[in-house]
Parts: sequence; structure tokens; C-alpha cells
Amino acid sequence: MAAYETQGFKVDNSGKRVVVDPVCRIEGHMRVEVNLDSNNVIRNAVSTGTMWRGLEVILKGRDPRDAWAFTERICGVCTGTHALTSVRAVEDALKIQIPENANTIRNLMQLNLYVHDHLVHFYHLHALDWVDVVSALKADPKATSTLAQSISNWPLSSPGYFRDIQNRLKKFVESGQLGPFMNGYWGNPAYKLPPEANLMAVAHYLEALDFQKEIVKVHTIFGGKNPHPNWLVGGVPCAINLEGVGAVGAVNMERLNLVKSIIDRCAEFVEQVYIPDLLAIGSFYKGWGYGGGLSSKNMLSYGDIPQKANDYTSGNLLLPRGAIINGKLDEIHPVDLKDPEQVQEFVAHSWYKYPDETKGLHPFDGVTEPNFELGPKTKGSKTRIEELDEGGKYSWIKAPRWRGHAMEVGCLPRMVLGYLQPKQYPEIHGLVEGALKKLDVPVTALFSTLGRTAARGLETAYCVKLQSQQFDKLMANLKAGDLNTANIEKWEPSTWPKEAMGAGFTEAPRGALGHWIRIKDTKIDNYQCVVPTTWNGGPRDHKGQIGAFEAALMDTPVAKADEPLEILRTLHSFDPCLACSTHVMSPDGQEMTTVKVR
Amino acid sequence: MNSKRILVLGIGNLLWADEGFGVRCVEALNAGWEFPPQVELMDGGTQGLYLLPYVQEADCLLVFDAVDYGDAPGNLREVVGDQVPRFMGAKKMSLHQTGFQEVLMAAELTGKLPAELVLIGVQPEELEDYGGSLRDIVKAQMAPALDIAFAWLERWGAPARVRQGKAASLTDAALAIEVYEGERPSASQAYRLGDARFLNLEEA
Repeated sequence: MAAYETQGFKVDNSGKRVVVDPVCRIEGHMRVEVNLDSNNVIRNAVSTGTMWRGLEVILKGRDPRDAWAFTERICGVCTGTHALTSVRAVEDALKIQIPENANTIRNLMQLNLYVHDHLVHFYHLHALDWVDVVSALKADPKATSTLAQSISNWPLSSPGYFRDIQNRLKKFVESGQLGPFMNGYWGNPAYKLPPEANLMAVAHYLEALDFQKEIVKVHTIFGGKNPHPNWLVGGVPCAINLEGVGAVGAVNMERLNLVKSIIDRCAEFVEQVYIPDLLAIGSFYKGWGYGGGLSSKNMLSYGDIPQKANDYTSGNLLLPRGAIINGKLDEIHPVDLKDPEQVQEFVAHSWYKYPDETKGLHPFDGVTEPNFELGPKTKGSKTRIEELDEGGKYSWIKAPRWRGHAMEVGCLPRMVLGYLQPKQYPEIHGLVEGALKKLDVPVTALFSTLGRTAARGLETAYCVKLQSQQFDKLMANLKAGDLNTANIEKWEPSTWPKEAMGAGFTEAPRGALGHWIRIKDTKIDNYQCVVPTTWNGGPRDHKGQIGAFEAALMDTPVAKADEPLEILRTLHSFDPCLACSTHVMSPDGQEMTTVKVR
Repeated sequence: MNSKRILVLGIGNLLWADEGFGVRCVEALNAGWEFPPQVELMDGGTQGLYLLPYVQEADCLLVFDAVDYGDAPGNLREVVGDQVPRFMGAKKMSLHQTGFQEVLMAAELTGKLPAELVLIGVQPEELEDYGGSLRDIVKAQMAPALDIAFAWLERWGAPARVRQGKAASLTDAALAIEVYEGERPSASQAYRLGDARFLNLEEA
């Protein structure tokens, strides 16, 4: 393949090839291959999903009311989000109106998931791309304490506390079992934090591990159980009885008070730990402005968190909906999941077969017919691929496009869309502006790996505010005497039309998520999901347009070709729905991620 | 009064044939037996790090899982104590276990690793069957696996008793093994193969 230009990038695969496989190993495998030029700058990137995930087909013929339970199993991290999207799709198809309380409780569960997911992502799946754990051993606990106290009022900040953390860390390192810290590229020159900042971040890594057990209780209270809460077409499966007592049965005042206290503690942790850490780490990496990829050009969000029940128009969504194309930030396009011209999937470079592969298919008409064939320049054998040929088919992920454009989805698009609409989203605007000011960077700095990571933190701060607001709304409605949580008028299939179709959407923490359902004779006839990592991790299309991961890796210099820290840092910044990211081990504790330099 | 908190956890993805062993075991335990209040049965799915809070709270942890020991399919093994994390990270194993190894390490790092760890693992016969259920040889090991669990629960002072009446289901009713198996779409409707071709297993 000769060098060519697309979407403002010059793609050239003539340099040496580096293969990182697998990047992550949960819920589908992922691999990237890049070409480095003579200065070790990435000039070509190939993102491939290496596992079949036609998750929808097993739903054929089943009861639409059960779809959520299956979709919840698709993924190890997006469980609740898939379930919510699924019940919304069925409600859309059958025109079911949900009660106000059900909408608010779903919002609370979704916001709670955001806060949990973003925190875990930042501290446990992404921080170590910025924080050098081994360097923390060299930190002066007193200086660490001074640093911590200069950026936050968080009480755990004494020299003794940090000395204690450092000793625990030392013990771990000396025992030879770095645990989750094993296999990092410690000492790589791409790490920029001083030892004190590293130690502070490690301390908060540990605190966040402990803190997450508080957060998850909200899902148990409203969803009945965890880690797979119950969902219900038509509402939420929890009854409310404010006068009730005890821990069994309907949600009562005692448990609502617990929800409130969890919301307050989330706010405290985010404001006093997460955001200060983010800004502190960010200030050391300001100069590392790579990884923006498509974000400065094409961004998409479906929006979420409807303020009023059953109104899914953009004016009613507390997380913004819209599309930006060709970098025109002053023009926000409306998004409609059911418009056949908008969301389409292409398979010219995916291991599927369409009648005409220069055309995309809307998910309602989606076809999922596998076709595993490799391009002629593939190196290796069919069962052991050494190097992909991106000129041919090269991924199990389809290439979704919005009006023909490759789009980035996720927290960055959401926060940018909010920032651009200060009237509707004054809080998002204020948070983004505050962070830009504090770091003393222009708005264009958002379009980067670091910007994506910052957007996730700012969104968390916004979500803890929304949690409080939604909780107050729930309480006001309950106290006004409305205890209704489910509408079961159309529960019985006998009340359904012979044929129906609907679309459900959410913004999963990692981006736009849509489910499309066709119901025929009360059973599922067709079900299609387009998940966030399909948008971000998808391959090229028939025009050679690259996907969001691929674009984000372009033009990034790599300090050491055999330590792809910069590649992982950028891919992780998308929070790909492939949890547990880099830390994949074999029985003797060696990381299975293979890095091949050719 | 023995107040040791016991977590009985089934992990794996029940959509991938024998991967569902762990979840099916806790489901069966819940359906047929009752336990003292300090015992919690949990369908952990593929939640990885999100299971940490529950693991941190337990004094004794018993995990059911499909594990690639390199044994003959259906072989059942009981692994105890500090051998558990090592086995759960074994090579070529299914997707979620590496995540679970990380959970155990994170629990240790926060000083909250359960004092007692037991892994009851079966060697899977088939994983690459999307939408499929347990193979007979693996399903046949559920009863012996439960017996091992009963012995541990007894030892931990929390014996199981045969359940009187119907249990509240642990997984959603639509995922219960009979419904799941009975309503499976045909192979011509729903492609069943995972993609082993790309996993570079040939020489592994």
C-alpha cells in the first residue's frame, strides 16, 4: 500500500512495524500494529478486534423482555449500561411510557456507574500509563505531604501516611510480587512525574481501591443485587415504601439515606482527590499533546440522563447529544438513531460479508455474516498472523460511520459538546473552562490523549453534581406521593403489535451505545448493538478512512520502540471496553502482551 | 457463633459454553441449598476488578471457575491458599481469570486478602461455542464440585442445608440453564464459533 492521505493524516506503512497483541483481553481481544518512521514516529496504525463478537445473534427468537439479561453478559464492565439500553430499545418499540421515578432511578444508577467506572479507569486502568510506581520508592514522604497539602484539603496527607504507603510498596517490590504493578515500563523516559507526585498517586490508587466498595452499594439498593442488577421493561424492579423498615423488601427511607450518604462521599472523593490528582498529573504532561486523533474533527454523542421521563430529545438530556464534523465547532448536528442515513456500519475491512461492501447498512437492516479472509500481504499463516494486511479485511469489528464520517465517541465528545453549549450546560462549561485556566492551556489542548483523560475527570465531577440533583428530584416526587416505579400495562405480549421496531441508546462511560430491535410475533427477530469500542476501535472503511484509535496513534513519537508506553497510554485514554487492559499474565507471572518489533 | 464472612463466587461467562461452569455451580447451590447468613453466594460473571469490594469483605473465599490446567476435559481440581492466584493466571485460560488474578492481588495490596482461599476448577472441554451451554462431561462435574464446596463450608462452620421451598433465583430467570439451553437459536440462525484462528494458539 502506498502512502495516502485521509482525514488530514498522511498514512504511510513503509517504516518498521511494531505489533502490540493483545492490548487488552476481556470482552473481545484487541491488537494494534503501527509503523514507525526513522525517528520512531507513528506513521500508520492498524487497530483490530481479534475475536468474533456477534453477540446479537443468540437473541433471535427469545423474549424481548429478557434481552437485557443477555446483553448484560456481553461485557464485563458495561453490564448495567447494556441492560438500560436494551430496556429502552424494547420500550421504544412497544411505545411504553415509564414512570417519572423509574427514569430518575435509572439516572441515579447510570450516574453511579459513571462515577465508579471513571474512578476505576483513572486510578486502576490508566494512571500507571502516567505514574511510575517504582519511582515512588525514591520519593521523600515529607515533600510528598507538602505537595499533597498544596493541592487539596484531603486529610490523608501527613508525611507519616506517605511513609507508611511507601513502606508497603517497598515490601511488595522486595517480595518480587509487584502485583498489579508488575509488567510496567518503569523508568521509561516517557514518564515525567517527580517521585513525590508518583508516591501521592500510588497512595490514591490504593485509596480508590478501597473506596469503590462504597460506590457499588447504590446498584444493590435499586437493582436488588450486584454485580448484575435487575432491570425491567417498563420501569425499575424495585418498589418503594418510605415507611418500610429493614433491609429486605421495598426501598425505604433508611436505604435512601444510605444512597444519599454514598452520593456525598463520592462528591468528596472526586473533588478532593480525583480532580486535584488529575490537574497535578496533567501539569507535568502539558507538553505531551499527542493522541487527539479524530477528536478535533469528528465527534459524536447520543446523550443521556433524561431530566423528564420519556423525553429523549436533546433539549431534555443532561449529558449532551450531537455530532461535530470537519472540525466545525460552531455547528452541532442533530443525531437520530433511527434515520437510515446517519448511523451505518461498513465491512470493507471487516471479516463480514455484505452484498455491496461500498455501502453501509443501518443497524435495523444490519447483516452479521462472517467472512474470515486475509489480505495478500498478510505475514504468517491463517492461524498465526504475524503481520496484518490492512489493505484487506483485518478486524472482527465493523466500521460504523455517522453520515459517512468516522467519529470519536466518549467522554471527550460529551464534554466538548457541553462546553460549546454554555446556555444548556453551564456546569460542564464552567468545569472545562476552570481546568483549562488552571493548566493554562488553550481549548485545543482538549484534543489529545491528556484532554480525553481530563474530560473523563471533569465529567465525573459533573456526574456527582447530577447525582445529588437527581436524588433531590426523586425525594421530592416521592414526598409528593408518587411512589410508582413501573408501568406494566404492556407487559403481556398479547398487548403488543404483530411487528414492532425500536432503538435504545445510552452514553456508556466509554461512549455512544445503541441497541436496535425488531420484534415479530412477540419474539426477537433481529437485534443489533453498536458499542462504543466499535466506534472508536473499528477499522478502515471502503474509502480508506481510519478509525478513532488508529487516528489517535498517528504522528505520536515513541521513546522506545520495544516499550509501547505511548501506544497504550493513548488507547487506554479511550477506556476501551476491554477491562483489565495491559495486565495480562501467564502462569509464571510474565505478561502475555507480546511486543514484536520488525 | 462463627462470624467468618464467606463468599462463594462463580465466575465466567455463561454465554461461552464451559466458561459458564462457575456461574452454573453457584446457581445450583442457591437453587438446592440454604446457608447461614454469613455465607454470600455470588454470580460474579466476568466483572474482574469490580468484584474487589466483595472479595475484600470476605474472610473465606471459595471460587468456582473453568480453569485450563492442561488436564483432560472435565477434570476437577481443588486448589487451596496461595496456590490460587497462581492457577488463576494460567496460560491460555479464558478471559476473565486474568482479571480475577488482579482482583486477588489488589485485595492483598490493600491488606484485605481473604485469609482462606479455595478454587474449585474444572478443565473445560469447549469454550468456542457462543450461546452454548456446559458440555456433558463438564456438567457432570457440577455435583462433585458442589460436594467439595459443602466440605469447605462445613469446615468453616457454615454447613449447607437442603433448601425448603423455592429459592429466589440468583441469575435472571431467562438465563436459567434450562431456559438458556431450550431457547437457543439454531446454528444456521446464530453463528456459534469464536475466533480461535486469531489467538495465535497454534504454537502455544
